[in-house]
Amino acid sequence: MPAISFQDVSKTYFGAKGNVHALDHVHFDIEPGEFFGLLGPNGAGKTTLISILAGLARATGGRVLVHGHDVVTDFAAARRSLGVVPQELVFDPFFSVREALRIQSGYFGVYDNDAWIDELLDSLGLADKASSNMRQLSGGMKRRVLVAQALVHRPPVIVLDEPTAGVDVELRQTLWQFVDRLNKQGHTVLLTTHYLEEAEALCGRIAMLKQGRVVALDRTSALLAGTASTMMRFKMDTPVPPELVPQSRVTGRIVQIKTHDAKEVEAVLAKLHAAGCHPEDLEIGRVDLENVFLEIMQGESKPLPLKAVVA
Amino acid sequence: MSLVQHAKFSAVSKSRLAGTQTLLYKEVLRFWKVAFQTVAAPVLTAVLYLLIFGHVLSNRVQVFEGVGYTSFLIPGLVMMSVLQNAFANSSSSLIQSKITGNLVFLLVAPLSHLAWFIAYVGAAMARGIAVGLGVLLVTMWFAPLRAAEPWWILTFAVLGAGMLGSLGLIAGLWAEKFDQMAAFQNFIIMPMTFLSGVFYSVYSLPAFWLGVSHLNPFFYMIDGFRRGFFGVSDVSPWASLAVVAASFVVVGGIALHLLRIGYKIRH
Repeated sequence: MPAISFQDVSKTYFGAKGNVHALDHVHFDIEPGEFFGLLGPNGAGKTTLISILAGLARATGGRVLVHGHDVVTDFAAARRSLGVVPQELVFDPFFSVREALRIQSGYFGVYDNDAWIDELLDSLGLADKASSNMRQLSGGMKRRVLVAQALVHRPPVIVLDEPTAGVDVELRQTLWQFVDRLNKQGHTVLLTTHYLEEAEALCGRIAMLKQGRVVALDRTSALLAGTASTMMRFKMDTPVPPELVPQSRVTGRIVQIKTHDAKEVEAVLAKLHAAGCHPEDLEIGRVDLENVFLEIMQGESKPLPLKAVVA
Repeated sequence: MSLVQHAKFSAVSKSRLAGTQTLLYKEVLRFWKVAFQTVAAPVLTAVLYLLIFGHVLSNRVQVFEGVGYTSFLIPGLVMMSVLQNAFANSSSSLIQSKITGNLVFLLVAPLSHLAWFIAYVGAAMARGIAVGLGVLLVTMWFAPLRAAEPWWILTFAVLGAGMLGSLGLIAGLWAEKFDQMAAFQNFIIMPMTFLSGVFYSVYSLPAFWLGVSHLNPFFYMIDGFRRGFFGVSDVSPWASLAVVAASFVVVGGIALHLLRIGYKIRH
């Protein structure tokens, strides 16, 4: 049974100025124990999809199951299986950190949970803040409490909606170590993030959303291998030889040519020399998830930035 | 034991009742932590009303036979405080959580619409009755007071607080901004409580306004509540009970329905 099953999920916001189709027949499963990434530009529908999963929004079509429980008709069982870290930095100003965690635990029917609450506070570096009022905490500390609140009922599925947006390096490291540990212990993790290097490093599988539709869904390694693995980039005053045009992109003097390995790079250079071209400032870079992402999102309409450049 | 095993273990021990209790506890704790503002301040306001109106109107307003004006005023002020504070509790808690965004902690929890209703209305009743008791304890020394039919006192306090707590829930769900909430409070709740016979017997009014008063459910709450103290009332306490109970059922039913469909909270 999948940990999360999105079945033909659609969402339309009906408004006076016209209807907005936020999600268009999104359909995929996430298996138990996966570390799954959900990527897409702003407005692609990532947060809407997660909101429907968490019960914060309702689908206009299709359904979502968590460990086989429908998030609408069997919401209590579905929500018990889910721990959601919301995107916004929200908190209840009336309570201390420990009170907030005890209350959140109680909502899920879990009493006498202090041993686990202490473990969470320790793991997230919050032990000395347990008695502090939520208002007194810094933004980073509040973010940690949000993570603790999501995990307080020990959910098997953890959903993190942009958890590292605007967060300092130290917290990002703490958070990823902790989430990675939870994943290794068997928790399913669904992550949305803008930091593609995080997704590349952490996620086993990735879905990319664009305008409410899934435009790519594969293992991270397959997504990276499915596209050219290296990219040649140079400046040139003469036109690209006709046989290289299909794999080239020209922006002014800048030419980018996708290749798969060193041999192909040599072959391209040979063809350029044979045609009497003189490439300058040649760089060869590795294609990373950001390249793949931009390629899929922009339909290659803009030059791809190079990472890990080898001059 | 790994976390996933923990989850399986705890799934068995979970109950919905525990979730409802927690939310009720949290809602009570919320106003109790700021009791100076949520309980003491409205008690002071009611005492000021008593001092000013009791002094100014004591020889001018005819109320029940054999009942002094200040004595008459006390139950009215107590009940007015119960009603206004029950409304204020559920409405302000919800709108604050909506605007600050921390309602998300509740929205992701496995709580049914009935659990929300019980907790929000229950806490509203607790605050309304706490303030009412406070007003009674402070004002009862200003004039002779007895409890002729105490069961009416309890019945109308509980039903009135429940009805206003439910109305506060509806207002809290509906309002998107603090000024909308203030409008609801200032243009609906305040006039209806002030014009419900807190400060006078409706039979001292001209015929037209007497008729209008009978359309105001708050009038029956005040009149029934006062009946418990003096054993006399403007209308039969059974008629008042019917109106107040019916209002509670209608308003409570609407609040439950709005919670069930996630009105303005689940998009």
